Amino acid sequence: MYGLGLLKGLGVTVKRFINTYVDDFEWRGKRYYTDEGIAHRSSKDVKGIFTIQYPEEKLPVPEEFRYIPFLVYNEGEDGEIENRCTACGICAKVCPPQCIWIEREADPKTGRPVQNPSAFTIDADICMNCGLCAEFCPFDAIKMDHDYEIASYGRTVYHLEDLMKPASYYDEIRPINSAKEAEVRKIAEEAKAAKKAAREAKKAALAAKKAG
Amino acid sequence: MTELNFSRFGDGVVTDERDGYEGYLVSADKLIEFATTLRDEFEFDYLSSVTGVDYPEDSKLEVIYHAYKTIGGAELVFKVQVDRENPEVPSLIDIYPGADFQEREAWDLLGIKFTGHPDLRRILLWEGFEGHPLRKDWQEAYYEADIKPYKSRWPEAEYTRAEAKNPYGANVKYPDKFDPEKWVPEGEDMLYGSLAKYETTDKDGLKTDHLTVNLGPQHPSTHGVFRIAATLDGEKIMNLKPVMGYLHRNHEKIGERNTYLQNMPFTDRLDYLSSMSNNFGYAIAVEKLIGIEVPERAEYIRVIMAELTRIQNHLFAIGMFLNDIGAFFTPSLYAIEERELVLDIFEMVSGSRMMCNYFRFGGLARDLPAGSLQKIKDLVFDRLPRKTDEMDRFLSENEILRSRTVGQGYLSTEDAIKYAAAGPMLRASGVPYDIRRADPYSIYDRFDFDVAVRYNGDIYDRYIIRLDEIRESIKILQQAVEQIPEGEIQTGKPRYQMKVPKGESYGRVEGPKGELGFYLVSDGTGNPYRYHVRAPSFINLTAFGPMCKGLKVADVVAVLGSIDIVLGETDR
Repeated sequence: MYGLGLLKGLGVTVKRFINTYVDDFEWRGKRYYTDEGIAHRSSKDVKGIFTIQYPEEKLPVPEEFRYIPFLVYNEGEDGEIENRCTACGICAKVCPPQCIWIEREADPKTGRPVQNPSAFTIDADICMNCGLCAEFCPFDAIKMDHDYEIASYGRTVYHLEDLMKPASYYDEIRPINSAKEAEVRKIAEEAKAAKKAAREAKKAALAAKKAG
Repeated sequence: MTELNFSRFGDGVVTDERDGYEGYLVSADKLIEFATTLRDEFEFDYLSSVTGVDYPEDSKLEVIYHAYKTIGGAELVFKVQVDRENPEVPSLIDIYPGADFQEREAWDLLGIKFTGHPDLRRILLWEGFEGHPLRKDWQEAYYEADIKPYKSRWPEAEYTRAEAKNPYGANVKYPDKFDPEKWVPEGEDMLYGSLAKYETTDKDGLKTDHLTVNLGPQHPSTHGVFRIAATLDGEKIMNLKPVMGYLHRNHEKIGERNTYLQNMPFTDRLDYLSSMSNNFGYAIAVEKLIGIEVPERAEYIRVIMAELTRIQNHLFAIGMFLNDIGAFFTPSLYAIEERELVLDIFEMVSGSRMMCNYFRFGGLARDLPAGSLQKIKDLVFDRLPRKTDEMDRFLSENEILRSRTVGQGYLSTEDAIKYAAAGPMLRASGVPYDIRRADPYSIYDRFDFDVAVRYNGDIYDRYIIRLDEIRESIKILQQAVEQIPEGEIQTGKPRYQMKVPKGESYGRVEGPKGELGFYLVSDGTGNPYRYHVRAPSFINLTAFGPMCKGLKVADVVAVLGSIDIVLGETDR
């Protein structure tokens, strides 16, 4: 019969139309503006509307989500800032659109380079959010952010003071990764300490031998 | 592959014996004869890629051809070397009409003249462009250095904005005596001239003239900025030419400036709907060059990601195609729902929904995070098969859809091969050619799946084959998620810079839109010497004009929708 295909197709539409209300009804008003509701609407069981009512509702971002990079600093006991960045320049070298500019600090007396950046600029308008800088940083100093609400009327250029964020913030947005990295760092430090201790012991033994 | 005997050509055809190179070097005067023999005797009926490389040290330009048999098997590479000052190569358009746009591209970007090409105009760049940008001595505006990383970024960097370098300053070169105020583009006339204009007299003695009409560049049906220039007889299309390049950014020149790894996120931006597949093709090309193995688990994850990409791309293609032919947004929104769930997985795994940048040479950026495999399983065993059936029920028998599409926009089997159509377009015309089967890469030879094929070659078949392919992809996914082993995901330590041995390589994958190939030439440094993308969206358009002849204007939109192009890849 001509028109049967049309009716079949319309059946799908009607079913979906009804399903929307069934799902709303089953959730009894909790489908919107609640965390469970948002999670439900992006799960495999969702029937009816998928839409998240941004900006009133926001999808939780997964841990790996990456946006413009930032610099991580450790907070010292008295609240002083210990910069993790050593200005080694790997992030600037690996950056595909070359949007990172780093100036390495120089010792004012000797003029020799110090392992610290005196200027660090990321042009967020050029940045393509690829995450390679964070991936290849050997000091866990540059990481990708989760904050995606940075739209502005002008150009967005971040300098050193805008980029610095505490390690506690990083631990909060990426708990699994930061725990993993801390573990790796701890092992490396222990190995270093063990090596140092061994060297000291050897030195001491040598000195003792000489004295003896 | 058995050794082919080309002794009859004498010195005209010799094996390419440069270190790391393969194939044959053909002299320009023997090229037509060679290609004819290749097609008619040796059954290499499919010319997939034509491109060029500039070798200024040898004062040579090289044209590289990749030909295949549609019954399957490895490629045959042949090259023609010509003088850089006077680069003339006979056009292969009569033997392989699929070379049309690619030869125009090589002319546009490298300045190789293809003698005998009927319409050798610029294709990606605008008509007034001076020079050929892929030549090694050409420098772009904002030129800083030949290769990245730039020295100005570290350790003594001073931030400068790109705009601060005035584009009308020293970075822009005008030809001698050129006045931009007085310049009138000639290319438009050439374009309209190439669309033969007729004047006919009908039976009542009334003179009728054909009308030239532009569809686009700003037109909602073109999925971006794409223009169709057509001559019409009433409502009927007499001749049609696509005009593209509005989104051109010279991806390949950027690729030569980049290091190998830096190109990876750029490939995401080619066909931005299927970045995982783009990553896959590029990773394979580079892995061929450096000869690195990929761990088992990484291979499985790669296949899973590539197939999920295919599914979401086809869902999007179907939805947008229905949108084009007037089913306003209901089907496309139904289709996009599942795509959303797939993109959630991509975001969870790679950190980004569309610009995934997930593959690395010899592995992947990171392992699957906890819970993501379960999400994939939920999708492929439950949600996606249901969805495919629903779309099928919703649309396939719809009389309005069928009357718009059945028998329209016909592409015969011979034409599909001739015009180097790829992917769903080729398979909808009755050629069961799928690289995953014809020339298996990665671990596709382990999976049990069929090559989807349809035989009518019309718009409807190009729609329904996408549903078939989704079903086959689900089959592969179901096997892959069950078999995936534990283990490493990266061979060796991940490195951001490496020396790549001299040579060339061509990595190709069956992308959602067709054969996606990456041709790389390495000169032994950390940056590719030449980086070429065989973009299926671009080459599939070669058949667009012939397919539309005789159709009505409204059907052009349907044909274009059924090809499924993404302008990011077409224009590169």
